[in-house]
This record gives sequence, C-alpha cells and structure tokens, in this order.
Amino acid sequence: MATLDAKIPEGPIKDKWTNHKNKINLVNPANKRLIDVIVVGTGLAGGSASASLAEMGYNVKSFCFQDSPRRAHSIAAQGGINAAKNYQNDGDSVYRLFYDTVKGGDYRSREANVYRLAEVSANIIDQCVAQGVPFAREYGGLLDNRSFGGVLVSRTFYAKGQTGQQLLLGAYSAMNRQIGKGKIKMYNRHEMLELVKVDGKARGIIARNLVTGEIERHSAHAVVVASGGYGNVFFLSTNAMGSNVTAAWRVHKKGAYFANPCYTQIHPTCIPRSGDYQSKLTLMSESLRNDGRIWVPKNKEDVQAIRDKKLKPTAISEENRDYYLERRYPAFGNLVPRDVASRAAKERCDAGYGVNKTGEAVYLDFSAAIKRYGTEKALISGEKGASEARIIELGEAVIEAKYGNLFQMYEKIVDENPYKTPMMIYPAVHYTMGGVWVDYNLMTTIPGCYAAGEANFSDHGANRLGASALMQGLADGYFVLPYTIGDYLSNDIRTGEISTDTPEFEEAETAVKTRIEGFMNNKGTKSVDHFHKQLGKVMWNKVGMARNEQGLKEAITEIQEIRAAFRKEVLIPGTAAEMNPELEKALRVDDFLELGELFAKDALERTESCGGHFREESTEIGGPQDGEAKRDDENFAFVSAWEYKGEPSDAVLHKEQLEFNDIELKQRSYK
Amino acid sequence: MKVTLKVWRQKSASDKGKIETYKLDNVEDHMSFLEMMDILNEQLILEGQIPVAFDHDCREGICGMCSMHINGEPHGPDRGVTTCQLHMRMFNDGDTIYIEPFRAKGFPVIKDLVVDRSAFDRIQHAGGFISVPTSGNTQDANATPIPKPDADKAFDAAACIGCGACVASCKNASAMLFVSAKVSQFSLLPQGKVEAKRRVLNMVEQMDKEGFGNCSNTGSCEVECPKGISLENIARMNREYLKASVSSSE
Ligand SMILES: Cc1cc2nc3c(=O)[nH]c(=O)nc-3n(C[C@H](O)[C@H](O)[C@H](O)COP(=O)(O)OP(=O)(O)OC[C@H]3O[C@@H](n4cnc5c(N)ncnc54)[C@H](O)[C@@H]3O)c2cc1C
Ligand code: SF4
Ligand code: FES
Repeated sequence: MATLDAKIPEGPIKDKWTNHKNKINLVNPANKRLIDVIVVGTGLAGGSASASLAEMGYNVKSFCFQDSPRRAHSIAAQGGINAAKNYQNDGDSVYRLFYDTVKGGDYRSREANVYRLAEVSANIIDQCVAQGVPFAREYGGLLDNRSFGGVLVSRTFYAKGQTGQQLLLGAYSAMNRQIGKGKIKMYNRHEMLELVKVDGKARGIIARNLVTGEIERHSAHAVVVASGGYGNVFFLSTNAMGSNVTAAWRVHKKGAYFANPCYTQIHPTCIPRSGDYQSKLTLMSESLRNDGRIWVPKNKEDVQAIRDKKLKPTAISEENRDYYLERRYPAFGNLVPRDVASRAAKERCDAGYGVNKTGEAVYLDFSAAIKRYGTEKALISGEKGASEARIIELGEAVIEAKYGNLFQMYEKIVDENPYKTPMMIYPAVHYTMGGVWVDYNLMTTIPGCYAAGEANFSDHGANRLGASALMQGLADGYFVLPYTIGDYLSNDIRTGEISTDTPEFEEAETAVKTRIEGFMNNKGTKSVDHFHKQLGKVMWNKVGMARNEQGLKEAITEIQEIRAAFRKEVLIPGTAAEMNPELEKALRVDDFLELGELFAKDALERTESCGGHFREESTEIGGPQDGEAKRDDENFAFVSAWEYKGEPSDAVLHKEQLEFNDIELKQRSYK
Repeated sequence: MKVTLKVWRQKSASDKGKIETYKLDNVEDHMSFLEMMDILNEQLILEGQIPVAFDHDCREGICGMCSMHINGEPHGPDRGVTTCQLHMRMFNDGDTIYIEPFRAKGFPVIKDLVVDRSAFDRIQHAGGFISVPTSGNTQDANATPIPKPDADKAFDAAACIGCGACVASCKNASAMLFVSAKVSQFSLLPQGKVEAKRRVLNMVEQMDKEGFGNCSNTGSCEVECPKGISLENIARMNREYLKASVSSSE
C-alpha cells in the first residue's frame, strides 16, 4: 500500500516553492536527451507540459484522441483566466488570489498548492502574450480585465468569449515548434487504454490507434496524465462529447489513488435542455453574470402564463420580478460562486418558479446593462438627448463587443434573440474538482506517474472559482511539472531506453485486447448510449446538485445494475480492427460505470456539505445563514483518497488531513 | 418532421464508397444536425447495421472537429456556423439531405464522413508559432502596449478553428484562408514581427507541398468560413510573402 505523503516543502508558505525549486534534483541537458516522457492529453495542461518538457530537452511523446492537439476540450473555455497581476490597482495580490481560491473551494484544498498556483499566475499572462495570444485590450493598448464570480477584484484576462481557444492555440503553437524540431512526437487519434508498470514504476502505456484499431505499446521513463475531467459521467454536461475518465481511471486501477470523486461543479448558467435527444449542454460563460441579472417572476400566475406562452418576460414589471441572488446575497449579488448560484436556481425551480415548459429555467437579463452602457456611450460620443431606441442600439453594440459570440451561440440553439428577450438558463455539470490524487510535485501514488490539469484533484477544493481552471492547467504544464519531474527523472539518467518487449507490456497489451474482444463478441441488443443515458439519469437525480443518504445508497445499487447489464447487453457493430466510434464509446462508458459508483460512495461517506457537494442532511438551521450549506471541519477537513481494490465497492479510503496555517477556517459567507 | 438522408458511406481509405439512402421520421426542429445523426446511428445500430462515422467533439462550434458537406456546402446551409451548430429548423418536412465528407486532395477520406486534415497541422509545424521559450521569464505582459485595433484584428484572424471548410468550398482546394489567418495574427502583433518573413515563407512552402491548390480569388472560402475569417488576411499574407521573397537573402 502506498502512503499518502503530500511532500509539502518546509518553511513559510511564500517561500515554499522557491526553496523547493532550489533544492530538487535537476537533470543536466545532455542527459535529458536520454529520457522519454509520455504525455497523455494536449489540452492546456498536457499541451503546455509537452512543449515545456521538449524545450528542456526531454523526448516527448504526446497523445490525444482528436485528430489534432488543437482540438482538446480546453478549446471550449470561454470566459477567461485569472492572474494576480493587479493591473487594475484594485487591491489584488498573490495572497488575495490564494485566499479567494481557498475560500471559494470551501476550505477543502491544500494551502501550499494553491499558494504556488497564485504565485506563478502572473507569469502565465507574460508567457501567453509573448506567444502571441491576442487578449482583449483597452484603448491605451494595455490588457483589459473583467471580474468573475466569488471575488471582489478584476483579475480575469480574456479574449472575447474564446479565451480557452486562444490559450490552447498558444500552447499548440509552442508544441508545433517542438514537433517541427522533432522533440515531440505527436500521436493524434490515439487513445490510452492502459498504464504499464515495471518494477512498480510507470514505464509506458498501451494505446489504440483509432484509425486502424491497432493496439500499440509505448514506453517512457515517466507518464503524465493530463486527460481532463470526467463530467460526462452524467451523460449530459458542458464537456465535449469525447471527454472521459479512461486515462485517469486506468492509472487508478493500477495503483493511483483517486481523490474526492464526488466534488463536481454544476455551473449555474447553461442553456436548458430541450428534449430527450439532447446530446450535450452548452455553457453560457459566467462572465455574463457581470452584466446579466438573474430573476424569476414573483407570482406563480405569471410563471404559468409564461409557460403557456401567453406572457412575455419583458412584460413583467420590475416589482413583480424576484432577483433572488441580489435578494439573498446582497454583498455579492449575481456574482456569488457557482455552487451557491446553482443551488439558488434549483431552489426557485423546485419551488415552482421555473420559466420554461420543463420548469427548469431562470432568466438572465441584460436589459439593465444595455441601458446603462447605452447611456454611457451616448454621453461619451456627445449624443446628448439620444432617444431611448438610440440608447438601446448603442448599449447593444457594447454588449455585442463583449459577448457577441455567446449571444450568437445562444440564438442559434434556442432560436430567440437574447438582446431583446432575457436568456433562459439552468445549471449543468461542468467541471470535476476531484481527480487523481497527487502530491506537491504532481506525482500520483505510482512512482513516475504524474497527473496535471483537470485530471488531478489538486487546487480547487470542493468548488472551483471561475477562470481558475485555465490558470491551473497552464501553471501545471508550463511552470510546475517541468521542474518537479526532473527530481524523479534524475534517477533515470542511466536507465537507458525502456524496452516494450517485456512481460509487463505483453501482459498489459493482452489485458486490453481481451477487454476489447469481450465487447466485440458480446452480441448484445442495445447501444452504448442507451446505458450511458441511464447512468447519467441516476447520477443527475441522486448524485447531482443535492444529495442524501437514501438517494446515494440507491444510486450505488442502480449503477451496479446498469454496469452488469451494460457488460451483458451492449452491442458493438463492426470490428475492432478499423475506426469504430461505438467501440471507443463503450470503453469509456465501461470506465464511467465504475467511476460513477465510487463517486456515489465518496458522496455517501462525506456527510457534511462543502462547496459543490451538498448533503441535504447538512444545512444551517436558523440564524443569518439559514438554509445554507453546513461544513463540518472537525470531522471532514481532509482529502478523501480512494485506493482501488477490485470493485468500486471495495475501495479503501485514505485521508489526507488538511492543515490551515495561513488562512483561518471560516464559514463562507457571500451575504 | 420526416427527412430522407443520402449519406456517403466508405468503409476505409481504399474503399470506393457510395451514397446510401436512409429515412428518418422522428426529427424535431430543435435538434442539432448532429443530434439528428445520433438518431440515425441509434436506428442503424438497432437494425444491426454499421453506424455512420463522423468527426465531432465540442458540439458548440469551437473545436473545429466536425466537418461534412451538407447539400453541397461545407457545414451546411446556415451562415457563420459549424455543422454541430446547424439546427434542423433550417430544413423542411420531407426534405432530402445530401451528406458527404469534405472533398479535397489534401484531405483524404478515412471512413464515411471522416477525413484526414493532418496537412493543416504540418503547415503549423512549419511556422505557426513565435519562437519564445516557455520558461515564463519573458517581459511583463504590459511592457509593450498593442494598439487595440491591431489586437482586435489579430484576434479576428486567430479565431480560425482549423475546420477546413475553406478548402472544401474552394474549387481549387486552396488552403490560403487558413494559412493566411495564422500568418496575419502573428504579423499584426509586435511579438510576431521578428520572425514574420521566415514564417510566411515556410508555411507557404509546406502548404504547396501538401497539394493544396492556388487561390484564384473566387472568395467562396470567406462565404463558407464559420468564423468569419476575412479575405483581407489573404491579401495581407500575399504582401508579407512578397516582402519576404524580395528580401529572403537576409
Ligand atoms: C464549456 C466550458 C467552458 C469553460 N470555461 C472556462 C473558463 O472560462 N475559464 C476557466 O478557467 N476554465 C474554464 N473551463 C474549464 C477548463 O476549460 C478545463 O478545466 C480545462 O481546459 C481542462 O484542461 P486540461 O488540459 O486538463 O484537459 P482537456 O483540455 O480536457 O484535455 C484533455 C486531453 O486529453 C486527451 N485525452 C483524454 N483521454 C485520453 C486518452 N485516454 N488517451 C489519449 N488522450 C486522451 C484529449 O484528447 C485532450 O487532448 C471551461 C470548461 C468548459 C466545459
Ligand atoms: S479559415 Fe475558416 S473555414 Fe478555414 S479552417 Fe479556419 S475557420 Fe475553418
Ligand atoms: S464539434 Fe466542435 S466545432 Fe463542431
């Protein structure tokens, strides 16, 4: 059994990273040429790690299942990236970003990691600008910022609503430079299906070539898993269709502990679902909450009239609207953190105030912002006494410049014009804070196996703040992993190339082939999606925004049943020796069906509420926080790290106790 | 609504391929085009047939993975959208819809509607970057102010998603719009100017090697581009290329 040693360096928090970097072992440049590193994933974390490692001199082999590294799911991030630059001079600092992140995460993250993240954040922006990332700028030519939920400063850098795209293309360009030089060998349309361990160390992977179906062996001195999050365990989420848990789950099954699987972020502002055929949900960036006000009607008659299409939202007067976030949280208003905003929307909809036919939608209204901006613009451009219509026209132009692509996206999906009528939104699964457990060096409990980006559990505790995932992915890949991995690899300079012609590779390859053959020969009758949707329904209803003991216990049994049925009854057409998207899905869903159970088990074990994990049994009763989530620091200030033991139900819990020396544990209040 | 689909089926790169006809009678207008394809595939699977392979991932118009030639147009009849953002409300009850892969010499078919666009990656390897180390030890991000109009134009060019619709729409299968978008983004920014000459020469050379055709200014690429990448970029690249060729002896 591995021990849980987080390897947090000694010393005051602000010196830990510097001291650590000064002390860890390095590999000299000539020796780096003798060392291979596999990076699974080319999103912000994997892409930046690959580029940096290659630039340092390692031989990198990078893998992604898309046809190009540029299409990793990071491309879809919209709103922005945080950094403690304090360009706006509004009191931001490394400490404040650190503090906000720990508080936002509801005091369930590791202080030392979060501090380091805040510390390197400013460098990320410098790096990206140098790479040609076209961030938004002000007229003076300097970088612009916006603010995001859960904080009181403007520290978010952005490129319209396409920040993830621009940052990923930056990392992709850095990769291209190294691919061109032959330092990165890129394996597109390849899926890692197994980790290979030799003498207890991670030494390679088994991957399937998704074009030919061939099963391939790849070796290296270390393996980095940067495969993203597992929100698709819910079937419907804002993640890309291919996002999956397979790489992370496979290393878990080989000995890496899986941390806090139940910590999931349900994002408050997504486009509501429209029917059973729905394949995914679309996010409307949180940045919209800067200018949009969230409300539902005060009166049920109005709700009914809206559902019957007899009343338009614009016809409801101010006093008949319930701006429930502004009402409940006057200090933060529409900018409360995501978990709080999502639960508040669910509360209103459960109480019968939802504004579409499914009863699961609230309004996000821009009319006030349009008027405000329009008036401002009219004044600046000397149009005194501009008409109401002119003001609205000017205001809409400002909103378009800020969020044009999001508004267009909304209109294409919903077929309504959000400049003229409020958007309808509802929470959806968006991000997973849980993931593979890693120490301060980002190493998992398997020596030589690392996890970076959304795939690890490290920095966001029980709830991630907006614009912090991009920051973490790039921090891990550009600035943390390239250093810490050297400490481990310095022992490998004399190892020589790892042969794939060994019993360990043989065994791993056979296991993969057997698993695939099992599916192909299984002459079932139902599609993969059939089971994935079933799983998603159980997850959403019983392991979603609100959880309780009974529901979680039922979920565990139901997931076990779905898994058994899936393995017996699923039908995979075609053969394994060709491009076969159904087979790809089956292998992913098979892993989701195991993870889902562990997820529910973790949620059952944690009887407190914290961040995105809301246990109905644990709420504040009475007092100023009445009805808010209730944390239990005495019994739950730890990371749950699960060890694989055969079946998810047999998993063994290990606890990493969290110590708070630099931040006082407090109840989170956004009131 | 009911639709008839005429779908290109091709088992592998070496297979000749042909059009097959399928009928769907439970399509709703709020469905996305790819959700309609999901329903077709579900139906095929249950009938014991092979589902249609197509590329897709984000399903929100940003990853550039989806392709498809729909009724003769890359990404279908709507403007400013990718196939995954196309909705069935653009079609009518009883319509026959032709669905084929992107057709271009530079994009060989892998299976059914899936094509190989790795040529685009190779063009980027040749010069689609600024040669800065990833150490983070660069100058402060605000040390060099960039005029907003330049930054905005660079952003507009950088919005290209690498989908390949420009190539598929062009009768010469030219990749000029795609390549010029990257060249423009960097040449508009002070950080990218240093290597501008080398970049444009290398990227154009690779583009020619990959077998993409010449640009004859028909402008169909701009019309079909889901991200509104403008022809101005091609003009800018031509200028850059000319400048670089004249002084490439440096
Ligand atoms: C719609 C949306 C908007 C968002 N907006 C923001 C935002 O504004 N700000 C912010 O900070 N965060 C945002 N996020 C979150 C953020 O985008 C992600 O957390 C982050 O991009 C994850 O990056 P990553 O590198 O860890 O993984 P990903 O980008 O998901 O990359 C995963 C990579 O792993 C590869 N991969 C996975 N499994 C395998 C396998 N088995 N074999 C081979 N390769 C594999 C994939 O091909 C891919 O290359 C958003 C998320 C979504 C869904
Ligand atoms: S220029 Fe437009 S059509 Fe061509 S690849 Fe880029 S986004 Fe696609
Ligand atoms: S699937 Fe990503 S752009 Fe269409």
